[in-house]
Amino acid sequence: MNRGRPSDLAGRVLTWLCGGTLALNLLLILGLLALLAANGGSYFWQKPLTLLTLRDGSKVLGEVQRTEDIPGSKPGTVAARRVQLKVGNRDLTGADFLWEDAASITAREIPPAAMLLERLEWGNFYGFPVELRKGGAIVAAGDAAIAAALPDMLAEKHRETAEIRHLEKDQIGEVNRRLEALRLARRGETGAGRIAAIDREAASWQGRYDALAADLDSRRKTLLAETLVMRSASGQTKEVAVGAIVRALRPNTLGGLDKVGLYGSRLAEFLWDDPRESNTEGGIFPAIFGTVMMVFLMSIVVMPLGVLAALYLREYARQGPLVRAVRIAVNNLAGVPSIVFGIFGLGFFVYLVGGTIDRLFFADALPTPTFGTGGILWASLTLALLTVPVVIVATEEGLAAVPRGVREGSLALGATKLETTWKVVLPAAAPGILTGMILAMARAAGEVAPLMIVGMVKLAPALPVDGVPPFIHVERKFMHLGFHIYDVGFQSPNVEATKPLVFATALLLIVVVTVVNLAAITLRNHLRRKYVSSAM
Amino acid sequence: MEAVQPVSAPPPARVEGPGDAATTPQVERPILSVEDLSLWYGKSRALKSISMRIPEKKITAFIGPSGCGKSTLLRCFNRMNDLVDDVRIEGTIRFDGESIHDPKQDVNALRSGIGMVFQKSNPFPKSIYDNVAFGCRILGTTRKRDLDPVVETSLRRAALWDEVKDRLHESALGLSGGQQQRLCIARAIAVEPEVVLLDEPCSALDPIATAKVEELMLELTDLYTLVVVTHNMQQASRVSDLTAFLYLGELVEYGETQKLFLNPAKKQTEDYITGRFG
Repeated sequence: MNRGRPSDLAGRVLTWLCGGTLALNLLLILGLLALLAANGGSYFWQKPLTLLTLRDGSKVLGEVQRTEDIPGSKPGTVAARRVQLKVGNRDLTGADFLWEDAASITAREIPPAAMLLERLEWGNFYGFPVELRKGGAIVAAGDAAIAAALPDMLAEKHRETAEIRHLEKDQIGEVNRRLEALRLARRGETGAGRIAAIDREAASWQGRYDALAADLDSRRKTLLAETLVMRSASGQTKEVAVGAIVRALRPNTLGGLDKVGLYGSRLAEFLWDDPRESNTEGGIFPAIFGTVMMVFLMSIVVMPLGVLAALYLREYARQGPLVRAVRIAVNNLAGVPSIVFGIFGLGFFVYLVGGTIDRLFFADALPTPTFGTGGILWASLTLALLTVPVVIVATEEGLAAVPRGVREGSLALGATKLETTWKVVLPAAAPGILTGMILAMARAAGEVAPLMIVGMVKLAPALPVDGVPPFIHVERKFMHLGFHIYDVGFQSPNVEATKPLVFATALLLIVVVTVVNLAAITLRNHLRRKYVSSAM
Repeated sequence: MEAVQPVSAPPPARVEGPGDAATTPQVERPILSVEDLSLWYGKSRALKSISMRIPEKKITAFIGPSGCGKSTLLRCFNRMNDLVDDVRIEGTIRFDGESIHDPKQDVNALRSGIGMVFQKSNPFPKSIYDNVAFGCRILGTTRKRDLDPVVETSLRRAALWDEVKDRLHESALGLSGGQQQRLCIARAIAVEPEVVLLDEPCSALDPIATAKVEELMLELTDLYTLVVVTHNMQQASRVSDLTAFLYLGELVEYGETQKLFLNPAKKQTEDYITGRFG
């Protein structure tokens, strides 16, 4: 019977167990974040360009990505190591990346003249500049002359590129919209006089279009007039149009501060630019925008939907077996695989609701669907259905936590049930409701599977919000960070190149979710301070 | 001069029974009158044929052991029992001469005429100002310049103004327990009710806060009729003009407080107030 204080010992063991489990959880989460941050963050950091001389005399120029043991070899020896290089020059060699055995490398150097071109097409080019040409004539030759002339020329070309983009997107886009509107108007028109008038108007717009197209054509020619001749490490030469260069750098001459500046500039490009080269390069702004807008639309829908349903369940419905069954059903709804919601969204929202809207209001445009195809609205509604159980449960808990005395106090003052619910109970439950919203938003931001069939695309041609009336285009398809991760990670033609992008995008998704959540948490704490103090 | 004169009961009758005329004071022009009121929670009868008349601008106290039905009776006056499922009421309660169970009677209007203060203070999770203004806003007064004087007057009457005037827009939940209870009183009187029902208003308060609330109750009798449920007999004897003793759902004795405590007509009453049971 002499057991000392077994309960005390058990208590201590349990405390350690709980603490240890928490520590393990934190460790896993922090490990994940650190992995994402290290891999994603290093993507924007410029590594030096290394020139390797191989045993057979050939030379390779590129960025050393990593060094690893060759599988199956004896560890600890030079022969067992291999080096991965990013060598770019996809148009010359066909592959961006190559592995070299450490044993076959005879010399390594870091040549200051080596130049990295980030191009709009074909990825990076690594090599040595030879000369600058304009219309075939040599403008500058030699490192120094090129270094002096190139930056100004690049700035000029970037300006021209921006002008071309403006011409394409805004001016020609506007003419196209007019022509499409006229085409649709002509379809519904029967009077010969009206048709002739429409045709005349269309012809004048067509004339504008032709003029703009000719202008665009000549500008494109001007853009490509200057070229930079480069020589690769293996001796091949390549003429690169200056207008197609995003950045030209000599990484080996950059100081620490320059590299930091370059890092910031690349990060900004990642955040604010459109993707290029089937999402392997450029930025992911449309995906960020699409994710945030979709979560926003979803919140607008799910908030009233969930809160009103919970209000009825908790405040009005007679508590009994039926309400209990409904509550269980709602909870179970949260466990339905999200793809099922996606299929429901496709069948109900896209085909049925969207198809009906098209037949009723956009019949002119058929067979091209307007709402009868996936779009950000349908995706948001689908996710609203997916997350509504979370909001209902959280709201119900929030309502249940409002003391009975408070309700009675309101009723005893002559307030009706509606006034009591609306003015007293709901404000008091607001923090709980917002907790539900936070969970719902986090879930929605990370959801991918259902979205793939209700409007999410690999590359959306236009944002759902732009300067064209009615400014918010909820029928448009959109990009999403979660799908972007899947796309660049597993659907990309150049998986090696996009590996760091996967980490960077995942990190960004977490940042977006965190920012959205922090906003909601700030609001909730504000409400808590306003309505519920420590005295309760 | 008192408008209503509770007439002392005749000498105790030999036969003790509920609603006995001998133990009920004659009240002329009562503000609330109860006639043969019975109440059932499901199958159990919580009130048994209670008849009593409550005078205007007096404090009437209900005393009795726990479960005797005093709170139930109180909650009949503003029909708070309507909120409880499975309640059945027989008999009549008249407020200003009109039956409160009349189908034409608007229960919300009744409740703004008969305010209530609860056992556990229940300020809304809103600012002090919004708490007091709540009832007026419900009744349609929304302009600040109309509400400001009402809030100030109510808080002054509830002897809370000086303590909270500099933080009217802070959360009411930051107040102490006694302050919260006085805020609830201010909230109840802000809509100018005729009657204020107080359901054990001091049971959760410390002695100092209790003294403040009692003092406040005495002051409020100039303007309102107060009905207070308490199981603190000292409190009933300190503040009330009339006291009703309930036991097991029956009204055992009802009369002038002083008389009831000094010279109870019934043995049961005597036993209870002398502490022999309860």
